[in-house]
Amino acid sequence: MRIIISYLIGLIFGVGISISGMANPAKVLNFFDIAGAWDPSLAFVMGGALAVTFVGYRVVLRRPAPIMGDRFQIPTKRDFDLPLIGGSALFGVGWGIAGFCPGGALPALGTGRTEVFVFVAALIAGIIAAKFIQRSFLSETKA
Amino acid sequence: MIIETTFTPLTSLAGGALIGIAAVMLMGLMGRIMGATGVLAGVIAPASFSDWSWRAAVVVGMISGPLAVLAISGEMPAVAVPVSTSMLAFGGFIVGLGVTFGGGCTSGHGVCGMARLSPRSIVATGVFMVATGITVFVIRHVLGA
Repeated sequence: MRIIISYLIGLIFGVGISISGMANPAKVLNFFDIAGAWDPSLAFVMGGALAVTFVGYRVVLRRPAPIMGDRFQIPTKRDFDLPLIGGSALFGVGWGIAGFCPGGALPALGTGRTEVFVFVAALIAGIIAAKFIQRSFLSETKA
Repeated sequence: MIIETTFTPLTSLAGGALIGIAAVMLMGLMGRIMGATGVLAGVIAPASFSDWSWRAAVVVGMISGPLAVLAISGEMPAVAVPVSTSMLAFGGFIVGLGVTFGGGCTSGHGVCGMARLSPRSIVATGVFMVATGITVFVIRHVLGA
């Protein structure tokens, strides 16, 4: 049952990404190109997603526990550390170079386009490399 | 290279709302943050089988998204890539490093974290949006690529 529900949630997310334009690097990069071929569409993606999640979270988080789980697993860290700032800056640079973010690229795999597979393979390599660095040198800040 | 795109406020808003519905469902039903980084990282390096299986199902669902759109509308969603293969590979690797150290991406920090008004997510989103904007400006208007 959890598997079917998870699949359906992924499917809704994937359809949302697909019709929103987040799976399309040309559209993503044009959103950031305010000085050039600006396409403000992605502000509407963010606006729609934030509005629904902001209200929806307030409704579902009123329950003591999720319907199919024992507790809500929400990050508790509150400090602004170097991994947060540096990692996010690095993510932005990579997003600006490639035009895909992880949430845009995973659904885009379904289009079967070779370029998406190149990005996702490199993304996975980057995640594995970062986890190796965290384990080897930053054991106290385990993610 | 620049590929012109048309402004699509309605489909983008509707797509965003669906992303939000998925995020609310995952939290309400399973108590989890709908972050592509966390979901993918948990598929690559799972803590246990039950932890792996739901995340793998989410990823398979995500990949089915464009096929569902094709089935309903008769058209595959547009994926126009205005960058070279080496930029995709280099950018992808950098994104993988960044989202792992930063603990999230556009969905985890930008949508779920910001909706919780998490200070860390608000800062992370501000930082990556500015970094992406600067990168695109430098590539297109300084380097002229």
